[in-house]
Amino acid sequence: MYSGKLCSKEPVKTKEQLQALLKDTRGKTYYKEMQNLEVDTDLLWKTIQTTLNSRIKTWLEICSRCGICAESCFLYLANDKDPTQIPSYKIQSTLGEIIKRKGDVDNAFMQTAMETTWGKCTCCNRCAMYCPNGIDTGVMFSYLRGLLYQQGFVPLEMKIGAGMHRIYYAQMDITDEDFIDTFEWIVEEYEKDYQGLKVPVDVKNADIMYTVNAREVKYYPEDLAYAAILFNLAQENWTVTSKGWEETSLAMFAGDWEACKIQVKHVYEAMERLKPKRMIGTECGHAHRATVIEGPYWMGRKDGKPPVESIHYVEWVAEALRTGKLKINPEKRIKTPVTIQDSCNYVRNGGLKDITREIISYIVEPGYFVEMEPCGENNFCCGGGGGFNGIGIYRNHRNKGLTVKRDQIIKTGAKLVLAPCHNCWDAIRDLEEEFKIGIKWSFLKPLLIDMVEIPESMKPAS
Amino acid sequence: MYQFLTGFMFWVSVSIFFIGLFVRFIFYFTGLNWRLDRVAYKSYPFYGIKGALKSVFKWLFPFLTRVWRKHFFITIASFAFHVGAVIVPFFLLAHNVFIRGKLGIFHSIILNQLTADILSWLVVIGAVILTIRRIVLPQARILTRGYDYFILFLAVAPFITGLCARYEVGNYSFWLYSHIIFGEVFLIAAPFTKLSHLVLFFASRIQIGMDFEIKRGGMKSKNGMAW
Repeated sequence: MYSGKLCSKEPVKTKEQLQALLKDTRGKTYYKEMQNLEVDTDLLWKTIQTTLNSRIKTWLEICSRCGICAESCFLYLANDKDPTQIPSYKIQSTLGEIIKRKGDVDNAFMQTAMETTWGKCTCCNRCAMYCPNGIDTGVMFSYLRGLLYQQGFVPLEMKIGAGMHRIYYAQMDITDEDFIDTFEWIVEEYEKDYQGLKVPVDVKNADIMYTVNAREVKYYPEDLAYAAILFNLAQENWTVTSKGWEETSLAMFAGDWEACKIQVKHVYEAMERLKPKRMIGTECGHAHRATVIEGPYWMGRKDGKPPVESIHYVEWVAEALRTGKLKINPEKRIKTPVTIQDSCNYVRNGGLKDITREIISYIVEPGYFVEMEPCGENNFCCGGGGGFNGIGIYRNHRNKGLTVKRDQIIKTGAKLVLAPCHNCWDAIRDLEEEFKIGIKWSFLKPLLIDMVEIPESMKPAS
Repeated sequence: MYQFLTGFMFWVSVSIFFIGLFVRFIFYFTGLNWRLDRVAYKSYPFYGIKGALKSVFKWLFPFLTRVWRKHFFITIASFAFHVGAVIVPFFLLAHNVFIRGKLGIFHSIILNQLTADILSWLVVIGAVILTIRRIVLPQARILTRGYDYFILFLAVAPFITGLCARYEVGNYSFWLYSHIIFGEVFLIAAPFTKLSHLVLFFASRIQIGMDFEIKRGGMKSKNGMAW
């Protein structure tokens, strides 16, 4: 069976393999090799037989094919109501067809399925709310990602991302040393502004173990400093872990279920080693989904919960503001029209809509907050979820998809978009770059830093 | 012929219908897997039951969900079709008299003639609208196969033939026989075709309700999933 040097059924296992993939500009060789990749139809069918249970079977069977799900999908709306973008059509013509043919599909079919799976669905699960039969097409696409990944039909960046987790236990090539060094260095940079600022490492039995997104370490180290400042201002007994500090999982986007387990196991081991009271993850949607919502199941935890109570950063912010651990200077509250992007991964799929609105009630001057239409659980995906932001070959698909969010934002009249999620933040940044609608976008941390009151004990010595 | 259809075939079709659908309903749940589905079904019974009930209830009545409100026309057509399709076979006087002959059971809720007529016509009109919708709307047309029309036909044929018999259009015996045959074909086909959504609709809604309530935020948001 053909196996390319870069494109094969084998997951990335060495740094050299990763380097080779990273050097392959725009995946020229990778996608060329994919043309010759053979489908192991026996393996495909065997995998389906052992993993497809009554839920997905029933969904595919009882789908009324009524098309009501069409308008739930932002990609259908963004693509001028193209019927081939209807969730039901997308899944029936891919997973449905593979099952109908008992896995007997060819290379061309798998490449089309790959495009549909990563280029036409972000697994935002919005369609699940709109199907009278309770069919969650996002869940089915997530399952299909696993089948395609196993056969090697996966976009280059997803293959790399999953490989990163297998090698670095992080979504990019950041070592444990890099993480601690960067965190300590950036905190040092802010020491003069906040007396006593520190980043506790590997403290056992702390109240909080903080986990991050490796992008923060590589591209936005200020975010780490802001987290440290806010925890210190709130006088929290917190720590970071020198191993298992990465909360995200590009492996989840890739459908590399083995790597998902490898990654989340690493984080849970840190929890078990340090025994914190709680784990708090950064402002990232999919990281929360991976480590807190899906992770327990990958690890076979019957109660569906991580080893210690784990919450999203917005939950901690709401709690800190509610209890007065963090105090907002009323003069500094946001006084510009502002809206919020609801992250699919922790709002629709995590129930935190009310929490984010509570934060808004503390940090936005009354009268300045405008909801998107629709909002909350019904809000649309930012346009870049599920790995969509990072996949080069589907960049045009992604940019087209951003138009729905663009129009939602324009309609609110907001000049600032709160985006407490890395994917949403990226997508909104990109839509501003692409369409120039004159907005700013922000995580919560930098805004909070500007508006929280600093206790005397932490003010810089004069 | 009449003896055969209302005797042997009656028992065969009714048995297949009830046993078949019961088995499918049970197999749906025994086929679930907490690890593959990634839902801790049994760990949080209170939230599971709450999510399941809400998920079924909200979709069982018109206009309670965002979708039902947004798609006004199809909601009306779909409920008109389904309400009649479920109520008439159980509560029609003629069916009751027949059942009493067979089982000795006679329940007291009987549709009067006018209500039965209206509900039956709503089934037929609903089916016509749903068919036209499939032909006219691109988002329904691209998804529709011959099989979907066939299923719709299986569901509505007993009503069309029943109405023809009731109004004695032409040959009464022909329509009565056709009605019985189509009714029995429907009963036999239900467990093996998409008509199984008669029970699998509930199964699927129970699962997704539990899924969102137990795993995807139901325990954290004030009102659970905003269907």
